[in-house]
Amino acid sequence: MSKPIIATTSLAGCFGCHMSFLDIDDRLLDLIELVEFNKSPINDIKNFTNVCDIGLIEGGCCNTENIHILKEFRKNCKILISFGECAIMGGLPAMRNDVPVRECLEEAYLSGPSTVNEERILPNDEELPMILNRVYPCHEVVKMDYHLPGCPPNADLIWDVLHALILDVNIELPYEVIKYD
Amino acid sequence: MNKQIIFTIDQKECTSEAGKYIVDAARENGIYIPTLCNYKGVKPAGSCRVCTVKVNKRHLTACTTPVAEGMEIELNTTELNDLRKAVVEILFTEGNHFCPACEKSGNCELQALAYRFQIMAPRFPYQFNKRDVDASHPKILHDHNRCILCKRCIRAVKNEEGKSVFTFENRAKKVHIKLDEKLGDSLTDELAEKAMEVCPVGSILVKEKGFEIPIGERTYDKVPIGEMLITDK
Repeated sequence: MSKPIIATTSLAGCFGCHMSFLDIDDRLLDLIELVEFNKSPINDIKNFTNVCDIGLIEGGCCNTENIHILKEFRKNCKILISFGECAIMGGLPAMRNDVPVRECLEEAYLSGPSTVNEERILPNDEELPMILNRVYPCHEVVKMDYHLPGCPPNADLIWDVLHALILDVNIELPYEVIKYD
Repeated sequence: MNKQIIFTIDQKECTSEAGKYIVDAARENGIYIPTLCNYKGVKPAGSCRVCTVKVNKRHLTACTTPVAEGMEIELNTTELNDLRKAVVEILFTEGNHFCPACEKSGNCELQALAYRFQIMAPRFPYQFNKRDVDASHPKILHDHNRCILCKRCIRAVKNEEGKSVFTFENRAKKVHIKLDEKLGDSLTDELAEKAMEVCPVGSILVKEKGFEIPIGERTYDKVPIGEMLITDK
């Protein structure tokens, strides 16, 4: 039987959740015995080459590219997991959610105290993904199967959950591993 | 002393003085009923509904209902636990609770309840309501994004004359907590500290006091809310 396949990505995130994933330390060696990696920043595979069993999503959706990638993950992964506060509720990027996009862009590109932009150009190249009206939690865009809270999620939580999913066993999560910060 | 009475919580026989509120009577018997808007020594308001129990097929708030002889209280049923969980989830989606950036994280009662109930993500959509942060007062910082309108500050923080220092302003969706303009000017350090302690979330903070306790040593880092009260007993 072939090994289960895992894919990961970071949308509007800071890669902190991926760092926490690497924090499972020597259990990484156990993990690569158990699974194969497909599209992920960990191995730098850019496009899906296989249907995956588990997709880990870090970060929420702040632009059209995030939406596109998330939908691609939903299409290619049997189980999709929001890992980290940003994927679950938008996280720090979502602090802009009560500010109109125009105001955000003007603050960032025109009126910020350290901004030099003499031509007063706001980014509008068609090559660039379009910024969304607000940051969306992943489960408001596609169906997410599991949520692992934390900023970042505890490495033990990531390991326990992956391990249980791969081996198809039930788990009781200890109190300490569920944290929102 | 009032007369002793016998009642049950989830079929467990308990004894207490007649007239005590259910939460307090339960605690005397080593049973924790989750609460949020309730605060020791302050008249209960029954506003958050986290302590909801069922007696005689009716939902009651355990913080405002006195125990009575022969009362059969349902506490940990699937229905009630899910209802409590839903109340906490509503509060998380109604306000803007960015836990990773909050000074109260780890010591926050709302968050601690979510940990205790193992809420991985709320079932309701996030509202992202626009709320203000008021840092104009010299001693305290008021972040309305985190306020759950439990009225604990209004009920508990009073000056020597017994006047509430905090008050509600506006109504319905626009309602928010406000520091009384006149009384706020004379806010003592002690009262400011008390306000921060009374606030279950990180809405009222004393300036320059955030992040004092390191991660791992905060109140709810290792022990779930409610557990200490029971072991104390």
